[in-house]
Amino acid sequence: MALFQIAEPGASAAPHEHKLAIGIDLGTTNSLVATVRSGLAVCLNDERGRPLLPSVVRYHADGSAEVGYEAQRNQAIDPRHTIVSVKRFMGRGLQDIAHIEAMPYDFVEVPGMVKLRTHAGIKSPVEVSAEILRSLKARAEAALGGDLVGAVITVPAYFDDAQRQATKDAARLAGLNVLRLLNEPTAAAIAYGLDNAAEGVYAVYDLGGGTFDISILRLTKGVFEVLATGGDSALGGDDFDHRIYCWVVEQAKLQPLTPEDARLLMMRCREAKEFLTLNPEAPITARLSTDEMVDLKLDVPTFAAITQTLVSKTLQPVKKALRDAGLHSDQVKGVVMVGGATRMPQIQRAVGDFFRQEPLTNLDPDKVVALGAATQANLLAGNKTGKDDWLLLDVIPLSLGLETMGGLTEKVIPRNATIPTARAQEFTTFKDGQTAMAIHVVQGEREMVADCRSLARFELRGIPPMVAGAARIRVTFQVDADGLLSVAAREQTTGVEASVTVKPSYGLSDEEIAGMLQDSLAHARDDAMTRALREAQVEAERMIEATEAALAEDAHLLNAAEQEKIRASIASLRAAAAGDNRRTINIAMDDLGFETQEFAHRRMDQSIKKVLAGRKVDEIKMGEA
Amino acid sequence: MDLTTDFFSLFELSRAFRLNVSELDSRFRDVQAQVHPDRFANASESERRLSMQWATRVNEAYQTLKKPLGRARYLLELAGHDLQAENNTAMPADFLIEQMEWREAVMEARSGGDHHELERLHNRLHGDVAGRYDEVGHLLDDEKDFALATDRVRRLMFLEKLLSEIDDALASLEN
Repeated sequence: MALFQIAEPGASAAPHEHKLAIGIDLGTTNSLVATVRSGLAVCLNDERGRPLLPSVVRYHADGSAEVGYEAQRNQAIDPRHTIVSVKRFMGRGLQDIAHIEAMPYDFVEVPGMVKLRTHAGIKSPVEVSAEILRSLKARAEAALGGDLVGAVITVPAYFDDAQRQATKDAARLAGLNVLRLLNEPTAAAIAYGLDNAAEGVYAVYDLGGGTFDISILRLTKGVFEVLATGGDSALGGDDFDHRIYCWVVEQAKLQPLTPEDARLLMMRCREAKEFLTLNPEAPITARLSTDEMVDLKLDVPTFAAITQTLVSKTLQPVKKALRDAGLHSDQVKGVVMVGGATRMPQIQRAVGDFFRQEPLTNLDPDKVVALGAATQANLLAGNKTGKDDWLLLDVIPLSLGLETMGGLTEKVIPRNATIPTARAQEFTTFKDGQTAMAIHVVQGEREMVADCRSLARFELRGIPPMVAGAARIRVTFQVDADGLLSVAAREQTTGVEASVTVKPSYGLSDEEIAGMLQDSLAHARDDAMTRALREAQVEAERMIEATEAALAEDAHLLNAAEQEKIRASIASLRAAAAGDNRRTINIAMDDLGFETQEFAHRRMDQSIKKVLAGRKVDEIKMGEA
Repeated sequence: MDLTTDFFSLFELSRAFRLNVSELDSRFRDVQAQVHPDRFANASESERRLSMQWATRVNEAYQTLKKPLGRARYLLELAGHDLQAENNTAMPADFLIEQMEWREAVMEARSGGDHHELERLHNRLHGDVAGRYDEVGHLLDDEKDFALATDRVRRLMFLEKLLSEIDDALASLEN
């Protein structure tokens, strides 16, 4: 702890002035971490000056995990315990994963999200991703020299609720405070738009290692409004590698390969793909464990031919997103290319032909998402930026619905609805005295429930017994700013709050997360209890700071007695936070939260009135001019 | 101003069907910029929750007022004319026959893969709908004839549905 603070005369020494916040691009192939330093978004490099961290995790027999280049280099030695492209497994069941037969992993048959058996025990993709996040967090803490207030973590825009929740859970396991889950194309648009002061409609074409997104955004005076988004959360650069791999197997007439050989060959295919970006021809050579030599040459026209269906597969969602936005391709002012896979010349050509314009590639397609995420993290953490304030209005990518009679889907919230959003639906009982009801929530556009993704099953209990059809149960679906769904239910005639138990179809329960947290801390010095206490203390400090800032600005909205009550609550929370009883801290936080509710309402009301009044003054001035 | 304030008052706009959409757009952005959860990422729990409720409400208000059908329906709702409750009343036979003819034309063009014909139907219907909204505007804002407006809005609900079916047909031909 710093005992002295040395400051330039006249300069503020307040340590909380610049809050340390990071943006993380948790990619299929590579991950990055970035921050804003002196008003500029920069990627944080590893000790050898490299910005990328390969998203590869190797588990050792002693239970430890190795992340990054080292693990990537050794993947052909130990493929079964070296997990690559784990992002493809997030929030996914075994039956959802393509080319599973070609994967060297030892999958565990479990309902819901897949699990992998490794040297270090059975791992959920959430835990594997948490290893990557931990590594980036450590890098950031070392570079920034302090505690992070939080992180913005990017997800493909087309990720569904289960995939988003899995990402958030991974961050929680890694001990990161998630300020926001941000859609990757939107992050790129921030990095791009703020740099270029762009206005108009832009398309962001984001082809990553394992996911494809297209977002159509309108940029107006500092507002990034996503009009529509589309994509394929199982289509990316990896699939291009796989096509080359299949071509090699066919050309060289290879027999079924060992996992080691398969991984080796896959690495060579990836290298060939990258080589073809700048060269007309790429050699593919490998010595297999059978002593067989693979020695082939792949040229650009052949590469384009064998991947043509993949390229055109990306254009379908582009058309759909444009239609959803109610726009034609000629109304798009610029097309931003994001993701390493957009370096492939056939992609650039196809996108250029479709939009009849040269795609924009002036920002590094590997870094642009992380830079945008850092910029947003900086804003969310409350650091004032030199540039004007901006606002992001994002959407949910897929409709949310309910299962109705006959296995049909009833849409509750349509795709491309601006978030946060909520919709209430009323249900009734169909039997006399019925006290419980099951609700199945799905996500997707198809009519049949079986063709949509099952998100969760909810059970409502405690419905007061009435005759059939008399109960009116109002179920509210709320999608928050992270694009995550929550459900609440209330019986309307009696006001009874029905309790909701959630059984996520592909997610992890709170107990599972708690168990993983315990496991991950088993080797660490502190245990889950002290960590939870520390988290509560940090949250308490944050709450006190926020409330005091609000009082400093808007105390005039409260009378003396109200102010006194809030100040008393702050004092008790401060006292509680100084102690080591987590329960006391939580009670004191609840109390302050309760005391400040009305204050928060008044502040919100005031700020809306102020901004609308400001408009009128502007208009009058403009009218006079 | 609270979470139950009506959508027009929320943006301090007068309660009318005829509305300057670009004015609505910019008021929406201004108000959302004040209440959005991104402004409260570092605030207390109660402020974060409140911000989500407000931002949700502001989004709903904007979505409702932005499109003419939503706006008309909302005005009728504010005036106490419930479209849902009046859904059971049968539409006049000539309107229904006209609807069936439209549907048949769309289905025929769709199964024949006639992109051009679908475009033509779309444009024709679009023009028809625009004229009907002018009438609704007159009924709601000038005449205050909510009963007749309710009837006209119910017809527009049919027509908008038909328009989106033509859009779907066009989309399926493209793929």
